[in-house]
Amino acid sequence: MELKSKVPSGPLERKWEKHRFEMKLVNPANKRKHTVLVVGSGLAGGSAAASLSELGYQVKCFCFQDSPRRAHSIAAQGGINAAKNYQNDGDSIQRLFYDTVKGGDFRSREANVYRLSQLSVNIIDQCVAQGVPFAREYGGLLANRSFGGAQVSRTFYARGQTGQQLLLGAYQAMEKEIAKGGITMYSRHEMLDLVVVDGRARGIVTRDMVTGEIETHLADAVILGTGGYGNVFYLSTNAKGSNVTAIWRAYKRGAAFANPCFTQIHPTCIPVSGEHQSKLTLMSESLRNDGRVWVPRWKEDAGKKPNEVPEADRDYYLERKYPSFGNLSPRDIASRAAKEVCDEGRGVGPGGRGVYLDFSDAIRRLGRAKIAERYGNLFEMYERITDEDPYEVPMRIYPAVHYTMGGLWVDYNLMSTIPGLHVIGEANFSDHGANRLGASALMQGLADGYFIVPLTIGDYLGSNKLELVSAGNPDVKATEADVRARTEKLLAAKGNRTVASFHRELGRTMWEYCGMARSAEGLQEALRIIPRLREEFWRDVRIPGTGAELNQSLEQAGRVADFFELAELMCLDALQREESCGGHFRVEYQTPDGEAMRRDDEFAYVAAWEYAGVGRSPILNKESLVFENVALSQRSYK
Amino acid sequence: MNLTLFVWRQASAESPGTMERYEAHDVSADMSFLEMLDVVNEGLIEGGQQPIAFDHDCREGICGSCGMMINGVAHGPMQGTATCQLHMRSFQDGATIFIEPWRSRAFPVIKDLVVNRSALDRIIAAGGFISVATGGARDANNVPVPKQDAEGSMDAAACIGCGACVAACPNGSASLFTAAKISHLGLLPQGQPERYRRATRMVAQMDEEGFGHCTLYGECQDACPKEISIDTIARMNRDFEVATLRAKEEKVLGGTG
Repeated sequence: MELKSKVPSGPLERKWEKHRFEMKLVNPANKRKHTVLVVGSGLAGGSAAASLSELGYQVKCFCFQDSPRRAHSIAAQGGINAAKNYQNDGDSIQRLFYDTVKGGDFRSREANVYRLSQLSVNIIDQCVAQGVPFAREYGGLLANRSFGGAQVSRTFYARGQTGQQLLLGAYQAMEKEIAKGGITMYSRHEMLDLVVVDGRARGIVTRDMVTGEIETHLADAVILGTGGYGNVFYLSTNAKGSNVTAIWRAYKRGAAFANPCFTQIHPTCIPVSGEHQSKLTLMSESLRNDGRVWVPRWKEDAGKKPNEVPEADRDYYLERKYPSFGNLSPRDIASRAAKEVCDEGRGVGPGGRGVYLDFSDAIRRLGRAKIAERYGNLFEMYERITDEDPYEVPMRIYPAVHYTMGGLWVDYNLMSTIPGLHVIGEANFSDHGANRLGASALMQGLADGYFIVPLTIGDYLGSNKLELVSAGNPDVKATEADVRARTEKLLAAKGNRTVASFHRELGRTMWEYCGMARSAEGLQEALRIIPRLREEFWRDVRIPGTGAELNQSLEQAGRVADFFELAELMCLDALQREESCGGHFRVEYQTPDGEAMRRDDEFAYVAAWEYAGVGRSPILNKESLVFENVALSQRSYK
Repeated sequence: MNLTLFVWRQASAESPGTMERYEAHDVSADMSFLEMLDVVNEGLIEGGQQPIAFDHDCREGICGSCGMMINGVAHGPMQGTATCQLHMRSFQDGATIFIEPWRSRAFPVIKDLVVNRSALDRIIAAGGFISVATGGARDANNVPVPKQDAEGSMDAAACIGCGACVAACPNGSASLFTAAKISHLGLLPQGQPERYRRATRMVAQMDEEGFGHCTLYGECQDACPKEISIDTIARMNRDFEVATLRAKEEKVLGGTG
């Protein structure tokens, strides 16, 4: 497999402009003759579907939820970055670019990240024009805040519901196009396979989740905006339905999967309360602006109530270890530090897997009213879940899986290694390297969907003569038959265990061995456990009901089956990357004071895995990362 | 705690439904309502029965997927809380809980507690947007928006489209949902050009979908997990009436001009 990044030549800041001119266009009258499938209706998929329809393409959009407005982008709380420099605090496109490359621990592609920074400013303009009610100052202009350790205020926000408001903007743009007939929406439809004909992506096979009908949709190009795969860990902040199936099926049809082990563990989530736990809830990172993180200095005090631990016996470990960034240290660093203190037996709360996030100093300094104004809705949410009042008792938090930087490999045009298959948003690997900065996921999803893929699709369609594919084509028939066979095989197992019991077990294994700290030994152990468990799954899973009805067990089973395969690839990827970078921490590779040790001379590459067939080890392909505009440096937040 | 559940089971839109009794044992007060149902479902599957189907996704109270009538109240007893954020500590040990799908003619049952809410999408498609294509926007700070308007707009925009307002309304009206969108966009300068057209079209679509009319019972705002106020309905009614008057004027002008 050859990985051609197709990054345009020329100076960094001129690449996208040059490329826009060089790309082929499709005549307006011809656009309506092309059908483009968009899978997923989140920020990436929704914005792409709306923008392509506005340009005149025939768009079919698919989502598994009952409405496109429910995609998991909706849950993003904090905000969206943009290099507007409205605050006159020294921000610029160059600075956002640099922060993103550095924050990603130098494992992303320079040209893509620069383009993202350039487009960030257009996103805000577009969203405001759509009616996104961003926070404003009394003068009527847009408000900003600093976020996730950034030293400038470049984050735009709509209370704690920024993702919701941006998604509603994209959703409303979609509904406008649905009304015009440019988009046909297929809600409650799940993509179960990709149709590849003559080496090109030409359609998808879906299951109508209400009737169970297996349907094939053919087209000239396919776009996947199907989100991340954090639910491989069972417990994560992702929505329950978030899954890897669409991109995993594409991987098995020939799309390379890049950096699958790059997982972001968010430091501020509500800890697990028991075996029944079905998901984890994020508490916005903005809380770290005023909260102080601590655990008891002595493990003998870990069982005490927080107010029984005297000030002198508290260890504000982030402030101690990282005096210049303190409680605002980046996500990967803060998460690892929390794990360390809990591993030492100093964790608090049930099971000892928690640390305090304490607002008492801030309340003393600013008053309760000010804290309520800043975080009132978050405090309420916390109290609703834990029955503890954070104004009185420190919050308990613990890291949880939040985002996956890995995804399908794409070139500068956001096209995968299968021609005609484009991948956008969290589903691709492109912009965040080994660690994503706060408020950058929304930015990337919308840059991809509003501004990049609508143009690069035109280039693809304008440069290639596509033959008509008929429904009777043998490749189409074979793909459809594969989907049916797989569904029947799942239903036929008629075993003893529920899907959720397998998923929980897989999740525990992944969290233990492929979570916040990874070792060769542990990863090898996981690679022994996972195939055994997968085999048991296919033999012993129990799915009541049939395939010809709404069957939520069957839906989950298909997704968990794919998570089993993905889990193995994640462990392989983590094993080969013998360095620590961003969210990937290999215990063998750390500096004497316990920080991540990157090994640029050997590992400054994107690991793009190629499927080699059943029972064969996947093939590792490497795209070397060349840094011409930033100097590689060790991240230091001390 | 131990609970007795009566749950609406209905195999498909066409088949008749019944209330079925289930016992839920060893329920922890820390469980969310949906986690309690997860545990019941695990037991049902292990016993060879079909689990109770219900919509859910984010489980953080923001996606709007979940929703059920709990003891006759949309989203259950806690104010301003979606079903997924309701925790079992709101119930007493030994309690009996009745669980039903949203009840509305415009929301046909698909299976058990899963209903078809696509009518809400069609109301948005009728006019719940600002017609601006990608790429044509001016700098975001070119149009100042008074803070108060932005805040009011955001209050209405917080709607998660769950449908609780419809389920709670004795008339099965979608007025709060429709009015929330009309207010969100109508309070912003960007929403002015289409303001009256939007009101006319969205209200017409609401009627077409078979939702009832608003007679200001106010049940909707009590059921709303985002506590959206019925003040938005007053705004909708005003915009709709102005739109009706303006439409006549335009017609007259067109005839004479």
